[in-house]
Amino acid sequence: MKQKYLPLTATILIFVLSYALCAAQYPNILSTRVIGNLLTDNAFLGIAAVGMTFVILSGGIDLSVGSVIAFTGVFLAVVLEHTSMHPLAAFALVLTITTLFGALMGVIIHYLEMPAFIVTLAGMFLARGMAFVLSIDSIPIKHPFYATLKGLYYKLPGGGRITLIGGLMLLVFAVGILVAHRTRFGTNVYALGGGTATAKLMGVPVASTTVKIYAFSGLLAGLSGIVFSLYTSAGYSLAAVGVELDAITAVVIGGTLLTGGSGFVAGTLVGLFIQGLIQTYITFDGSLSSWWTKILIGALLFAFILLQKGIIHLSRDARQRA
Amino acid sequence: MIPILRTYLARLLPQLIALAAILIAISMTFPGFLNLEIQNGRLYGSLIDILNRGAPVVLLAIGMTVVIATKGIDLSVGAVMAICGAVAASFITSGHSLFETLLITIAVGILCGMWNGILVAVLDIQPIIATLVLMVAGRGIAQLVTEGAILTFNDPGLIFIGSGSFAGLPMPVVVWLVFGILVALLVRRSALGMLIEAIGVNRQASTLSGVLTPVLLIAAYMLSGLSAAIAGIIAAADIRGADANNAGLWLELDAILAVVVGGTSLLGGRFSIAASVLGAIIIQAINTGILLSGFPPEFNLIIKAAIIVFILVLQSPRFRAACAFLAIPRRAAKTTEQEAK
Repeated sequence: MKQKYLPLTATILIFVLSYALCAAQYPNILSTRVIGNLLTDNAFLGIAAVGMTFVILSGGIDLSVGSVIAFTGVFLAVVLEHTSMHPLAAFALVLTITTLFGALMGVIIHYLEMPAFIVTLAGMFLARGMAFVLSIDSIPIKHPFYATLKGLYYKLPGGGRITLIGGLMLLVFAVGILVAHRTRFGTNVYALGGGTATAKLMGVPVASTTVKIYAFSGLLAGLSGIVFSLYTSAGYSLAAVGVELDAITAVVIGGTLLTGGSGFVAGTLVGLFIQGLIQTYITFDGSLSSWWTKILIGALLFAFILLQKGIIHLSRDARQRA
Repeated sequence: MIPILRTYLARLLPQLIALAAILIAISMTFPGFLNLEIQNGRLYGSLIDILNRGAPVVLLAIGMTVVIATKGIDLSVGAVMAICGAVAASFITSGHSLFETLLITIAVGILCGMWNGILVAVLDIQPIIATLVLMVAGRGIAQLVTEGAILTFNDPGLIFIGSGSFAGLPMPVVVWLVFGILVALLVRRSALGMLIEAIGVNRQASTLSGVLTPVLLIAAYMLSGLSAAIAGIIAAADIRGADANNAGLWLELDAILAVVVGGTSLLGGRFSIAASVLGAIIIQAINTGILLSGFPPEFNLIIKAAIIVFILVLQSPRFRAACAFLAIPRRAAKTTEQEAK
C-alpha cells in the first residue's frame, strides 16, 4: 500500500473499531435512524470542514468560519422577515457575499503578505460584528419554503432519514473529493501546501490559487450557514461559536497535516463521523456528562497527531535505508 | 542611559502613537475620560480602569510573546485560565489556605505549559496543533473540576487579588506590572532573550550551535502556562467564582493580537515584552473607548476589526516597502530603527 494512504487507513480503521465497540454495547447505534441523525446533526460542520480541508491542504488556516455561519443565518433571517425576497434568491445573495468575503481575505493574505492566522482572525471579528449589527436577537424563520425544504428526505429501510441537509453534506464531500484530486485547482492547492516558493517555480499561479482557496472556504462557510439556518429555523448572532475549531479538529483527525500538502477530503468526513460518534455514544450512555466529549476529542486529537508523527518517522527511516 | 532609553522609545514609538491617538479620540467624545481622582487611597478613573480590565490579556500577552518569539503559538491559554480558576476555587472552598491554593494553582498552570512544551520540543509537533489539544480538552477538564457548576467562594485573601488595591493601584495592575518587569528583566538582563530569538529565527541552527533548544522551548511554554495561571486566578478572584465555560473564553486570540499589535512577528525572532504589554493595553483601550463613546455596542467588533486591520496593514512588510520606496532617503531614521532591532 502506498505510504500516503496510511493516515487515512488508520482513521478509517479507528472509526470502524470504535463503531463496533459502541455497537457491541448499544446495538441500536447500528440503526439507520441513528446514522441518519448523525448526518443531519453534523451537516453544517461537515460542509464547513470541506472548505477548511482545502485551506489547510494549502498550508493556511481559516478562523472566520464560525462567524460567517452566524452572519449567514442572521442575514437570511433578517432578509426573509423584512423583505418579500424568495429564500432561493436570498441564498444566492448571501453566498455571493460570503464568497467575496473569503476572496478579500485571500487577497490580503497574498498581497500584503500577512499570516493567514491573523487575517482570518480579523475576518472572524468582522463577520461576527456584521451579524451583531444586523440583529442581536434570535430571529425565527417562518417562511413556508423552509418548511418545504425541511420536509424533504429520503427514507432509508429501518426508519432512518437522509434529510436534505444531510444529503447536501454528502454531495459537498463528493464534489470536494473530485475538486481535490481531479482538477488543476486541486493539484495547485497541494502544490501550494508543499511550499510557496517551490509552487511558484513549478508554475503554479500562487496569487489566484490563494484567493480561490479562501473564496471557496467562504462559499462553503456560507452554504454551511444556510444549512445551519435550515437546521435551527432561526438566525442568531451568537450561534456557531467555535465551529472553526471543530472543523480544524475534524480535518486533523482525518489525517491531513496542518503543515499542508498532505491529506484527503475523504479523511475529513471520517474525522467528522468520529466526533459525531463520540457525541452519540455519550447521549446513549446518559451517565457521562457532555464535557467528556471535549476531553475525549482532545485525547483523540492527541492520539492522531502521535500516529501521524510515527508514520512520518517510519517513512523517513525507510527512505534512508533505501 | 539616555541612548538606551532612546532606542527603547524608537522601538515602542508606533505603539505609543497608536495608543495616544486612541486615547485622544476617546477623550474628544467622552470629556471626563482623562480625569483621575483618589478615593480611599486608591486611584480611580477610566485610565486606571483600562489598566485593570486589561490585566488578564496583558498577563497572557507576556507569556505569549516569549512563545511567539520561539516561532510557536499557544492556543491553550484561555483553557488553562479556566482550569486554573477552577482549581483555585475548588481548593479554597475545600478549606486550604490561600498560600497552598495559589501554589497549587500556579503549579497546575506550569504543568499545563510543560505538557504543551513537551509536545512541541520533544515530540516535535507543530505548536498550533500541539496546543489545540489542550484548548479542546481544557474546558472539559475545567468543567470536570467544578463538576459543571460555577464554583463560588468568599475567601477575603483571594478576593483581594481580584479587587483589592496596593499603593493606590488595583491589585491586578500591580500583579501584571511586577510580573512583566520580572520577565522582561529575566530575558533582557541575561542571554535568555537572545537565545529565544535564535530559536525563533532558526531552531535547527541554534541546536547545532549548542543552544539547549528543547529545554528553552519547554521553559517558554511553561512561562505561558504560568502567566495563564495568574490570569486565571485574577479572573476568578474578580467575579468571586470559577466559570469553566466562560473564563478566558477567546482570550488566547486577544493575547495573540496584542503581541502582533505590539509588533512581534508571528514568524518568530525579534520580540519585545513592553511592546506586547502596550499592544494589550491598546486593545483594552479600544474596547473601553467603544463602550464609553456611546456607539451602539453592536458595532464594537467591527470597529475593533477595522482598527486592528489598519494597525496590521501599517506593519505589513509590503506596506513598509512601499513607504520606503515613496519616502526620499531618510538615512538617519533608518539607522536608529536598526539600532532598535
